[in-house]
Amino acid sequence: MNHPLDISRRWFFEQCGVGLGAAALGSLLGGPASAAPADPLTPKQPHFTPKAKNVIFLFMAGAPSHLELFDYKPALAKFSGTLPPADLLKGYRSAFINPNSKLLGPKFKFDKYGQSGADLSELLPHLSTIVDDITIVKSMVTDAFNHAPGQILMNTGSMQFGRPSMGAWVTYGLGSESRDLPAFVVFSSGKKGPSGGSSCWGSGFLPTVYQGVQFRSSGDPVLYLSNPPGVDTEVQQDSLAAIKQLNNMRLGVTGDPETATRISSFEMAFRMQSSAPELMDLSKESKETLEMYGAEPGKPSFANNCLLARRLVERGVRFVQLYHEAWDQHGALVKDLKANTKDTDQAAAALVKDLKQRGLLKDTIVIWGGEFGRTPMVQGGDDGRDHHPNAFTMWMAGGGFKPGITVGESDELGFNVTKDKVHVHDLHATMLHLLGFDHTKLTYKFQGRPFRLTDVSGEVAKQLLA
Amino acid sequence: MISIRIQPVLLLLAALPLAAQDFAHDVQPIFQKSCSPCHGAKVQSAGLRLDLHDAALSKSVIPGKAAESELYKRIAGLGSGARMPLGGKLTDPEIAAVKSWIDAGAKWPENLSSAAPQPIHWAFVPPRKAPLPVTGNTKWPLNEIDRFILARLEKESLAPSSEADRTTLLRRVSLDLTGLPPTPAEVTAFLADKSPKAYEKQVDRLLASPHYGERFARQWLDAARYADSDGYEKDKARYVWFYRDWVINALNKDLPYDQFVIKQIAGDLLPNHTQDDLVATGFLRNSMINEEGGVDPEQFRMEAMYDRMDAIGKSVLGLTIQCAQCHTHKYDPITHEEYYRMFAFLNNTHESNAAVYTPAELQKRSDILRRTREIEATLQHANPGWEARMAGWEESAKHELTQWTVLKPDVDDISTGGERYLLQPDNSLLAQGYAPTKHTVKLTFKTTLKSIAAVRLELLTDPNLPLGGPGRSLKGLGALSEIEIEYNGRKVKIARASADINPPVSPLDSVYDDKKGRARTTGPIDFAIDGSKDTAWNADAGPALRNQPRKAVFNLAEPIANSTGAELTFVVKLSQEHGGWNSDDNQNMNLGRFRIAATDDPGAVADPVPAAVREIFSIPAAKRSPLQVQTIFSYWRTIQPQWETENQEIAKLWAAHPEGTPQLVLAERENMRETHQLNRGDFLQPGKLVSPGVPAFLNPLPAGQPANRLTFAKWLVDRNSPTTARALVNRLWLSFFGTGIVETAEDFGRQSAAPSHQELLDWLAVDFMEHNWSIKRLQKMIVMSATYRQSSNITPELLSKDPYNRLLARGPRFRVDAEIVRDIALSASGLLNEKVGGPSVNPPAPKFLFEPPTSYSPKVWVESKGDEKFRRALYTFRYRSSPYPMLQMFDSPNGDISCVRRSRSNTPLQALTTLNEPVFLDAARALAVKTVKEGGSSDAQRLDFMFRRVLARGPEAGERDTLLSLLSKEAGHYTAGHDPMPLIVENTTDLPPAQLAAWVTVSRVLLNLDETITKE
Repeated sequence: MNHPLDISRRWFFEQCGVGLGAAALGSLLGGPASAAPADPLTPKQPHFTPKAKNVIFLFMAGAPSHLELFDYKPALAKFSGTLPPADLLKGYRSAFINPNSKLLGPKFKFDKYGQSGADLSELLPHLSTIVDDITIVKSMVTDAFNHAPGQILMNTGSMQFGRPSMGAWVTYGLGSESRDLPAFVVFSSGKKGPSGGSSCWGSGFLPTVYQGVQFRSSGDPVLYLSNPPGVDTEVQQDSLAAIKQLNNMRLGVTGDPETATRISSFEMAFRMQSSAPELMDLSKESKETLEMYGAEPGKPSFANNCLLARRLVERGVRFVQLYHEAWDQHGALVKDLKANTKDTDQAAAALVKDLKQRGLLKDTIVIWGGEFGRTPMVQGGDDGRDHHPNAFTMWMAGGGFKPGITVGESDELGFNVTKDKVHVHDLHATMLHLLGFDHTKLTYKFQGRPFRLTDVSGEVAKQLLA
Repeated sequence: MISIRIQPVLLLLAALPLAAQDFAHDVQPIFQKSCSPCHGAKVQSAGLRLDLHDAALSKSVIPGKAAESELYKRIAGLGSGARMPLGGKLTDPEIAAVKSWIDAGAKWPENLSSAAPQPIHWAFVPPRKAPLPVTGNTKWPLNEIDRFILARLEKESLAPSSEADRTTLLRRVSLDLTGLPPTPAEVTAFLADKSPKAYEKQVDRLLASPHYGERFARQWLDAARYADSDGYEKDKARYVWFYRDWVINALNKDLPYDQFVIKQIAGDLLPNHTQDDLVATGFLRNSMINEEGGVDPEQFRMEAMYDRMDAIGKSVLGLTIQCAQCHTHKYDPITHEEYYRMFAFLNNTHESNAAVYTPAELQKRSDILRRTREIEATLQHANPGWEARMAGWEESAKHELTQWTVLKPDVDDISTGGERYLLQPDNSLLAQGYAPTKHTVKLTFKTTLKSIAAVRLELLTDPNLPLGGPGRSLKGLGALSEIEIEYNGRKVKIARASADINPPVSPLDSVYDDKKGRARTTGPIDFAIDGSKDTAWNADAGPALRNQPRKAVFNLAEPIANSTGAELTFVVKLSQEHGGWNSDDNQNMNLGRFRIAATDDPGAVADPVPAAVREIFSIPAAKRSPLQVQTIFSYWRTIQPQWETENQEIAKLWAAHPEGTPQLVLAERENMRETHQLNRGDFLQPGKLVSPGVPAFLNPLPAGQPANRLTFAKWLVDRNSPTTARALVNRLWLSFFGTGIVETAEDFGRQSAAPSHQELLDWLAVDFMEHNWSIKRLQKMIVMSATYRQSSNITPELLSKDPYNRLLARGPRFRVDAEIVRDIALSASGLLNEKVGGPSVNPPAPKFLFEPPTSYSPKVWVESKGDEKFRRALYTFRYRSSPYPMLQMFDSPNGDISCVRRSRSNTPLQALTTLNEPVFLDAARALAVKTVKEGGSSDAQRLDFMFRRVLARGPEAGERDTLLSLLSKEAGHYTAGHDPMPLIVENTTDLPPAQLAAWVTVSRVLLNLDETITKE
């Protein structure tokens, strides 16, 4: 007769999964839980052959002004200082200003760049060098015009808290390629943290193993990674060996597969203790690479985070999100946009270049954007813009997005989308499509109904695809 | 998994043979799966139903002509109509199947029409007790639970496991009932107790422990989405721990569950409600609050309302009513309208915030009140004729000399700094939403008064302000840094000001420091017109007296003349600059609700008579209650100079009044809010007006009761509710066995998981109600059962037959909840501070979590001192947007939404936490020291001592060997030149530091075992 331990191990590795994870997979795959693979993070095949397998989302929190960066509006300059047409404002709600405020012309010069002749502001000199590698979408719309709900919508497909974030969905659908780093990693730079807080990368009702893990670009990258003071590697190894021995002894008595999982969790923790510092060590990067990003080892910055994002993807991390909360220009539009683009333009462009030259861009999606856009109307004197959900710009690169195109248009004031509208739900559907998912079928049953990232809407934006 | 490539439909169809499809096999399942929610027996959107032959064929299908059939056009996305099913798509083979079925003549066998109504879902029928099953084995069952469990096991040809050994059992039941492991002494006592009631005695002891309430409070607090902060961007700290303590106390007292629910939904509406009843309403107030700049407060009030509905659905009803927020429920019989009819019961509250007091504070408060009354009675006794003198004064004070005209303000949006000034029916402005710490609001007034000689500012109270206002600071205060009046674009000189209160000059509280390095003060009304924004009028009359309306009058040096009576426009600017440096924290000193009036009377002064007294003036003397007379007297005595001594004595009493703690509560509005059905759940799309009501498929409302929140609360816990008792019983079951009898604890609807033991669930639900909804009694029945007491060891047979232990042929074994993981370490090490209740504490946490760019704004996290940091995890301060890392890693929900079923993950980050997190390290150190000091003299004795503290049992030989060899190896390591001091910090034992360090490594290993954090 088999020893219970052997059985339980076999059972564990063959079919069990961990707690709710197994049920989750059952739900995903539409089959019984017992058919699920061993670990909720085991790599899984999507619905169809994917174009991409990783995502790096550069979340420009606070909401950058499309009117100063991408969406060139000569008419807005022309009508600057006049009131917007009354019928445009019908039913329009704004956060701070009276919607019937004067129009404000773009503050920066635009030019056409690349073979594609894309409009870009003078604030984005680095992006202009890779403009033929990216897909610019000028026709984004969202439903929210306050930061926290807007960020939660962009991340979870719902303004109401409690839904899983896109990183959690993707990790749930695809599992993880990395055995010693989390599948979904989050970095934060800029003036503040994201308005939506940790719910931006939460797992909602999905099992918690799918939630994003916040990394820090200085000190311990992962909380509690370092051994306690006075515990060196030797003591740590001895301790872990003893823990493993004792856990194995108990597993022999109880036969509980969960104990086997605990043993492997401790093993992965130990591996993470060396892999995470190795990941963070930018000193091994070439001088050229560091200069390309503008990264300086040991000095936390968006640039460092971009470089780390590449390193994470190289190591099989599925979803990386970099928050840079700095874009809420109710005032100081000129000064702050100069500062923000100085902090981010070079590194974001370098990330795309670097991924491309390393052959990683073809299966890595890069997405750049904030939670909404900014009003064509002025806030305050003549140097600020309020929140604006009706039209804004994002760009994507790699992973099956069609490079070198600009999709969508807003009206001549940059107020409403007039062509090829892409709602946040459509962006999610498109991202999932490139990852190999039919967004209507990547579901999880909760509270008696199948939920999905795109909730009840979303269409794949085919015009964005290569 | 089936892999389907997205391809154009027609291309795919060409590849398919056009064979007639079999309706029952190929087509009807598609209708049932994808169409019936909206076009089935229950709901027939657009009048279409696809479950009946005639109805389907007559309306949407032209047999033989798919391309002309509306049904096909809709599912294939052809034509102009919306593609069906809404929000999704059929697969291409499904579409093809429907097409070829129609093309082949749409044959629909008569017998496949589901004219018969769907059977009523089991959980919608009130539970009843089925006869107890008869089992083959009659010895094993100890109570009714076991009869049901065993009957099922026998059906599956499984036998129950033997009883767990006593030590395991005591650890199990201790963790289950109190969330704390047994002490070695408790284990010893239990093992020594040979009486047949030994186990029951332990159970009774644990149920009576004050820690029992803490354990189950945490479970309810998950459902109540309890957190200590507002959530959203600002995520400011809030004060709601009185509610948390109320839950603990209610559970410790075994408050019947029906009462438990009624008080939380409508405690404020109970006759003669107590402070506790009011605190209980914090349940509904646990919703998040969005005060980020520029929000529409009504939008987020509605979000909070949805959250309350969701919380009631999950936690009380066990139903997913959330779907019906946007549309009629697809699966359960809750209509869109019914959702808003329930909503209407809740939609009539103020978002209120009341000062609450601890028992000691309540005592002090009543002492002050009593002493005041005594002094006043003495005054009255010693001064006969006071009534006549007071009446004489009233006659002179009754009529205000100045006629005031209240003016309607027009608010300059930009000047508010993102705060929302909501115009009220009385032309006052109520400040809501974001509260900037510094701003000057600009108000424009139009009037046809012929002269403006003075302007009056009334500060008003409002139930939606902290402690009722009149300001927005935590104490309900607001400071007026400066007032400016402008006419014709020029500043108008204010000659003098008066107010009904002029507090002495005092420095601004340090909470409001703006880091500008200047001294700011508050004081009398002159501070509002002195040209300095560093000084402000702040109508603070001290604790318990400060939250009342106030008046200030500003007399113009030169009246604004408007002899023609034409419309004139003037501006009032109210500077509110006495807030602190951080607008994302509770540092504002803004006015909360106020109103402006004007007069042509140059001699106008602020009316000194309090509004409450003036209100009583309007009641004829003969009709006044003694309390009303007393209220007048309490003011009148303060203006009698001869009573200076007594007045001062009373003032001194009140100065010592406890501040109390603000608690979010509900307060019912006098005027019912209208509730509309909201299209797609959008508050900007109100549909028809609805009246309060409940879903038709549930129990009816109690007859003859008013349509208010209290009635709704009683309805929720009505004996005839089909789901209320089941939902609670199921969750209690879940806490012991790891999975509910219904796995989907939040949902008992049609889409819920099938119950593993429905008859047992129903039996327990009825029994629970029959025994006065006693939670403790039910829990005792569960832990006394043979089912619960089984060994949790897993045999290969059980593992293959029942991997998730749904049949319960073995006892439960699973990792304990996040809070208990931490509490075990603290308890084993002897560090645990067992104090029950009180404000939340801030144990050590990485600082960066609360600072940008990790946190949106800097958050306050002042590490608790001494053993306060070793309180039970239940008391850890919970910021929603920056959850306490250890708790988050072990799956504790952050309180964004109601949660009745936690994930239970097993991750490397958890391993890193128990290995390296500072509090766990503190526990390892403390356990080592305790062991060395108290655990005997030999290594083996000490190891035994340490082992028992962590795991309750003693070590097996192999375990002992492993640990002792680790001990000696590490002792060698630290003796051989590796500095032990960083690990042990200090050495209060007789052992050499290297030896103690070795013990720390051993205790750290023990605290990291799977078994340590597992209930076996």
